[in-house]
Amino acid sequence: MEEIRVLIVDDEMGMRLGAQRALKNFKTHVADVDVDVAIVVDGAESAEQALEMINNHPPDILLLDYKLPGMTGLDLLEKIAPHKENMRIVMITAYASIDTAVVAIKRGAYDFLAKPFTPAELRAQVEKAVENLVIERQAKKLAQEKKQVRFQFIRVVAHELKAPLAAIQGYLQILQDLDLTKDPTQYNKILDRVIIRSDGMRKLISDLLDLTHIESGKKARELTEVDLSEMAQMAYETVLPSAQERGITVNLHNTEPIKFLADRSEIEIIFNNLISNAVKYNRDNGSVDVNITPTDDKVVISVADSGIGMTEDEASRLFGDFVRIRNTKTRDILGSGLGLSIIKKLAYLYNGEVNVKSQPDVGTTFTITLRHTSDVQEPQEAEHKPTEQ
Amino acid sequence: MTESKKTILLIDDDIDFLTQEQMQLEAAGYNVITASSIKEGIETLNNNDFDMAIVDLMLEDADGGFKLCYKIKKKDPSIPVMLVTAVASETGLEFGASTDEERSWIKADKMLTKPVRFEQLKREVKHLLKD
Repeated sequence: MEEIRVLIVDDEMGMRLGAQRALKNFKTHVADVDVDVAIVVDGAESAEQALEMINNHPPDILLLDYKLPGMTGLDLLEKIAPHKENMRIVMITAYASIDTAVVAIKRGAYDFLAKPFTPAELRAQVEKAVENLVIERQAKKLAQEKKQVRFQFIRVVAHELKAPLAAIQGYLQILQDLDLTKDPTQYNKILDRVIIRSDGMRKLISDLLDLTHIESGKKARELTEVDLSEMAQMAYETVLPSAQERGITVNLHNTEPIKFLADRSEIEIIFNNLISNAVKYNRDNGSVDVNITPTDDKVVISVADSGIGMTEDEASRLFGDFVRIRNTKTRDILGSGLGLSIIKKLAYLYNGEVNVKSQPDVGTTFTITLRHTSDVQEPQEAEHKPTEQ
Repeated sequence: MTESKKTILLIDDDIDFLTQEQMQLEAAGYNVITASSIKEGIETLNNNDFDMAIVDLMLEDADGGFKLCYKIKKKDPSIPVMLVTAVASETGLEFGASTDEERSWIKADKMLTKPVRFEQLKREVKHLLKD
């Protein structure tokens, strides 16, 4: 429940008290942003008194009479300039000439309420001002949050690029500073690590490009009939060398063509990410099982590994940008932390979803559902939520 | 430098930093033993003699390094321990081992912030080993 404070400035006591009574305990709901509002009302009998109250604690809505003894309503508008941006000002008037109305609007009045008015009219007017104010505040808050989220995303990207670069520079410094001729094996060690870390940077950059492509919506999606079995086969061939190196068997359980209307490069990213993850997070001599199950309205791809697995808590954090589960088992595995968040965003484009089932030290199964539809989703607005580990 | 090589225990889960630290310190004439997790660190410190330890603060646990410092000091309070941390640069948190209050709860003789310059590391090691 949000509290909105209303200040009524009128020298006629009856008017002031009547209005206060009409608004006392008044509650409203701003449907557009789903916010409940409770009105708290206060009164002032002169512009001078109002000025002091506003300076002490500016109200959200000001109901202001034009004609006041001493300082007029219009004069008051000039004096409260610093507070006006966060306030909605409604001028109360028995008679308003065009000229005074123009001046009032120039000085920040939002609307007019003609005297005499009924309690219902007053409430309707206040309701309108509340709605306007609350929606504007929510919009500002959202814009601010979005800025924060973007800023955080950039910060994490910078950090993720800086870390491997620092490692590479450390090795270069060693090559420059130290005499390694006595132990040439150290050269190989350094070269291996420099290659691994620069590969990691390259992967991060290409993942970032994938992500921005998907989210910007600028890349034209080209929907053609894609054979999912063939795409799985291609991803399999890509990971084969690293799988064989660790004795991991990758079983593709579908050989028959499975046609699906999709963007080829998106399906390629999905299979590449899922199958290479299943190899990366596997144990030596483990296995990977890839199943594609088509039904009338959708196709379900599941990739199961016999790897290190993860806890429920770890699995629940998995799909955010840059989330990498950090523990002794994953320590030596390199990844950008963007792969799964990319897959999730791609699944969304096919009205689908990604699910994960996992058990520590037993394995993990990722299931991605893609729906047949001519009405594919437009890429959603970027909503990066990096979660730091 | 004394005639026999001094041994330094390095505990860090960043493989690259660990490798580079080792290469740099070995080139500077030290004997180096390494561990890359809390568990491995505890085993290594229990089963080996060493003259000094350099421990990363953030291991699998956010404060894994503190625990290891404590265990090293418990084994032998005279062994100098240096804590290396990226905490300050990552979170903006700042603390050191320079005041009595900090030394009362941080069981380390020196704290270095990552990224560590190896020249500085070697200078601090030399200082702590009183070479």
